[in-house]
Amino acid sequence: MSILVDRNTRVLCQGITGKAGAFHTKHCLEYGTKMVGGVTPGKGGQKSEHGLPVFNTVHEAVAGTGADATMIFVPAPGAAAAAMEAADAGIKLVVLITEGVPAVDMVKARKYLDDKGVRMIGPNCPGIISPGQCKIGIMPGYIHTPPAKGKKSVGIISRSGTLTYEAVWQCSQRGFAQSTCVGIGGDPVKGLNYIELLQLFNDDPETDAIVMIGEIGGTDEENAAAFAKKNISKPVVAFIAGQTAPPGRRMGHAGAIISGGEGTAQSKMAALRDAGIAVCDSPATMGETLAKRLG
Amino acid sequence: MKIHEYQARSIMAAVGIPIPPSEVVDRGEDAAKVFKKIGSKQVVVKAQVHAGGRGKAGYVKLVGTADEAAQHATRMLREPMVSVQTGPQGVKVRKVLLADAVEIAKEYYLGVVLDRAKRVPVLMASAEGGVEIEEVAKKHPDAIKKAWFHPHLGLQKFQTDALASQIGLSGDKAKAASDIMLKLGKLFLDKDCSIAEINPLVETKDGRILALDAKFNFDDNGLFRHADIMEMFDPAEENPNELRAKEFNLSYIALDGNIGCLVNGAGLAMATMDIIKLHGGEPANFLDVGGSVTPEGAVEAFRIILSDSRVKAILVNIFGGIAKCDVIADALIKAAKEVGFKVPVVVRLEGTNVEIARKMLKDAAIPQLHAATDLTDAAKKVCSFV
Repeated sequence: MSILVDRNTRVLCQGITGKAGAFHTKHCLEYGTKMVGGVTPGKGGQKSEHGLPVFNTVHEAVAGTGADATMIFVPAPGAAAAAMEAADAGIKLVVLITEGVPAVDMVKARKYLDDKGVRMIGPNCPGIISPGQCKIGIMPGYIHTPPAKGKKSVGIISRSGTLTYEAVWQCSQRGFAQSTCVGIGGDPVKGLNYIELLQLFNDDPETDAIVMIGEIGGTDEENAAAFAKKNISKPVVAFIAGQTAPPGRRMGHAGAIISGGEGTAQSKMAALRDAGIAVCDSPATMGETLAKRLG
Repeated sequence: MKIHEYQARSIMAAVGIPIPPSEVVDRGEDAAKVFKKIGSKQVVVKAQVHAGGRGKAGYVKLVGTADEAAQHATRMLREPMVSVQTGPQGVKVRKVLLADAVEIAKEYYLGVVLDRAKRVPVLMASAEGGVEIEEVAKKHPDAIKKAWFHPHLGLQKFQTDALASQIGLSGDKAKAASDIMLKLGKLFLDKDCSIAEINPLVETKDGRILALDAKFNFDDNGLFRHADIMEMFDPAEENPNELRAKEFNLSYIALDGNIGCLVNGAGLAMATMDIIKLHGGEPANFLDVGGSVTPEGAVEAFRIILSDSRVKAILVNIFGGIAKCDVIADALIKAAKEVGFKVPVVVRLEGTNVEIARKMLKDAAIPQLHAATDLTDAAKKVCSFV
């Protein structure tokens, strides 16, 4: 088992004829993802370089392929509109990779998707992978370990890209598989967040433990800690990046900023510890801490 | 992106938010003319810099004559402003604002920010104006009244009418304040702000409601659709290395330590700073080279780090995903040749094309390079060099 995506997920790529869209569609196909087509307005009827059908609109693509998920590489000015188009066309999971989407656009798109009951991952994220089954995004597939008999499986939730790879790598090195890894993205307004994913992993019989990686900015980690304290029975290991970040500076991600005294790593770490979560001081000890928790 | 107070005033004036008459000068002698033009008994002279703490530093002055205005403006433009936010070297003042110093009966606060937990903008209003809103939030959280925007419809008049009443205004004053709130809310959305703050909003002794000072910050991701706002960008207010980094699509932030960092990914870059600190070192910078880094970009990253004379050692931490380890190895070899390493460089590589990269570095045999086996090893090694 896994959460949100598996070997049956049928995936479109919006922006499939662009450089990034074409490159990552190729890697997703190589990983085994069921990529079924793509969308580029004005190029409908053509085949992509991978031999996949290209459509003008998401509606046509869904009708033509039966897709239920989409991976969006549309440039930032049109990214929110692309997500809404996908939701309107009946896509159930939107994975928005694009970086640099205006926050005001995401405020509107998130509401639109919520009203249609559509889930979104991102924006500004590496995507989602259920190792051995389906990769929708830009993460290097080969560092992941698919679940297998006799192996414990971990679910990973993270606001950061490469730091997620670091966690996956440390888990794989110590012999832990991953059920699903979700990069929720570094923006202030986004789709799925810690709470929904903690619940999904807690309910997934194949997930034995959860690694959650946060960073400075906002109060999502504090809210997740309060939720986990009451609702999560599986072991949780956490790391918060930005313990040494100065206040008032945006640390690369649009959402990574301590402002008005809110969003410090210290506050997040204290809240997570209070919820009984094993918080690592060092990014190098996520795997080790997990091994201790899983015994 | 941040802008100056005088620029914020022009944005407010353009949408009809009432402000006192004001003008900006860049020469001290022009201040006397502007004083006379404003024609008021008292005028406030304010240095235009992004750093806060202007009042305490003596860079906001109330003056009663044209001579005084010229004197203070000249001083502000000549002597760098040193405040709690600037560090001992201070910042150079390039423009000075002169504004009619109206007689204040009462001060209020208005501010719009994004409420991340609720995922919509929120307008905050308070009858305790003129002080930092964070202070009010700490001491009297009940004194801050809030109205959340509808994600699609924005802020509604019934909400701003209610807020005006909640902060104690009535009649025409409430009407005026409500109108300003609506305009501020619309500005926040129309201009892709991240903060839109009027502090203080004042009631004058003659019964007018005016915006005396304002702070607008903009969402960098929204700037592409606002040429007018982008024109307000003041490179003189930025760290030159940060500007240089931006040109090469690198995300760089100068810090106070002596260990330079070069990392791919914002989260990993922050985590690298953290692990340096954990092992007793101090990071000199945050630097995310990004996923689509080119060899030229990576060489430039080394140039920027090495241009900081405080840097005594460098930690390169790459987890190759889209960014490939061999591109970084190539950049390391080029940087060693073109820039030259005067300090030890600890290199930790993992991920895509790591084997190729390790072989390249081994063959290049750069004496200043020290390979690390893992993240902890890398942090310990780099800290041992400073």
